[in-house]
Amino acid sequence: MALSKEQIAQRIARELQDGFYVNLGIGIPTLVANYIPEGISVVLQSENGLLGMGPFPFEGEEDPDMINAGKQTVTKLPGSAIFDSATSFGMIRAGKVDLTVLGAMEVADNGDIANWKIPGKMVKGMGGAMDLVAAAKNIIVAMQHTNPKGHSKLLPQCSLPLTGVQCVRKIVTDLGVFSITGQGFHCDERAPGVSVQEIKEKTAGRLSIADDVPEMVF
Amino acid sequence: MNKVFSNADEAIHDISNGVTIMLGGFGLCGIPENCIAALVKKNVQGLTCISNNAGVDDFGLGLLLKKRQIKKMIASYVGENAEFERQLLSGELEVELVPQGTLATRCMIAGFGIPFVPLLAGVGTEVAEGKEMVERQGRQYLIEEAFHADFAIVKAWKGDTMGNLIFKDTARNFNAVMATAGKVTIAEVEELVQPGALDPNFIHTPGIYIHRIFQGKNYEKRIEQHTVRKRNA
Repeated sequence: MALSKEQIAQRIARELQDGFYVNLGIGIPTLVANYIPEGISVVLQSENGLLGMGPFPFEGEEDPDMINAGKQTVTKLPGSAIFDSATSFGMIRAGKVDLTVLGAMEVADNGDIANWKIPGKMVKGMGGAMDLVAAAKNIIVAMQHTNPKGHSKLLPQCSLPLTGVQCVRKIVTDLGVFSITGQGFHCDERAPGVSVQEIKEKTAGRLSIADDVPEMVF
Repeated sequence: MNKVFSNADEAIHDISNGVTIMLGGFGLCGIPENCIAALVKKNVQGLTCISNNAGVDDFGLGLLLKKRQIKKMIASYVGENAEFERQLLSGELEVELVPQGTLATRCMIAGFGIPFVPLLAGVGTEVAEGKEMVERQGRQYLIEEAFHADFAIVKAWKGDTMGNLIFKDTARNFNAVMATAGKVTIAEVEELVQPGALDPNFIHTPGIYIHRIFQGKNYEKRIEQHTVRKRNA
């Protein structure tokens, strides 16, 4: 069985280490916050100017002055800090954020990522994605392995306009966990019940995968 | 020294057709609602607006778009606005998309007196097209210029008559940055107080950057994505 979105998030959450400052993008990455392992304390950074982002507010306690980068109403935890947008991207650029998790439309086997623009369709803008991928020392992409047409999103090279070059370190898809090694994608784990054959068929970029690649356990 | 104006109409009285305006806010959070309404009312045309976003159809900068007062929009993310999309596709509106951190930093360096800055964001992408590059220690950087605006318009929580500002929560966002980058900076505040009422240790934007200040009214503070959690029974 391919992983659900929640399971992708759950798997990524295992990458968290105590004391990490983490920026979670919109979509599946946001769900990672629901699976922070017990005994581990991480601080969530939201690039609109918040460290220590808490859960959504209780109904009736929403504050329009308190939102995350997805413009959702959120809360701040004890010990949080508020700052302006330049400071926010300053700490990102300076490598203070330990881990960035974001979605993608395509990832190339050299670590290039495309996630902001489809030519000919409405362009909404890159937001903070280009800044994050240019600066973060550790980027994990959370995405489906194939697009809605069934085409691989793990490619020899991106066909869409790039967000950043050679920056992705790891990808967690519904089919498995993949590192980017310099020789392409390396499959570290496969989703429960997903065959090596299926991963090979659905990965267009260079792929190394062992016949006995371990299966994820949930 | 008198920086105090009585309302938005007076504070923006000399904003004329064709000027460049920087507007604070992130999404609809912390936007200068009173000044936007006054600009709509004044019906100035041909504006270049620098703002992280472009509002929604019927609020924020969307109000200026609807009346076709904006000629060019410089922003990092412009989703959530159908009228924007229509004007862009029909060629009525010019758009320059800038990575969010680059946008913030280009405003920041204007306020720090720095003319340009080398940045990594966008290297190897179409953002780099036509831009000068420098190399240091094997890495390529884009040269990004400071953003100066004829007018910067920001919204703060509290301000004093000297122009010192304090923002509240994530409404600080681009407001504190853009406040420093205007040839003329206009601040609208929820509460305008006398000098001495704000602790100087907790000022976010020093008054030297602020040329005009007024107490706004009737803040709507619209929420874009209403997200809540259930209370445990």
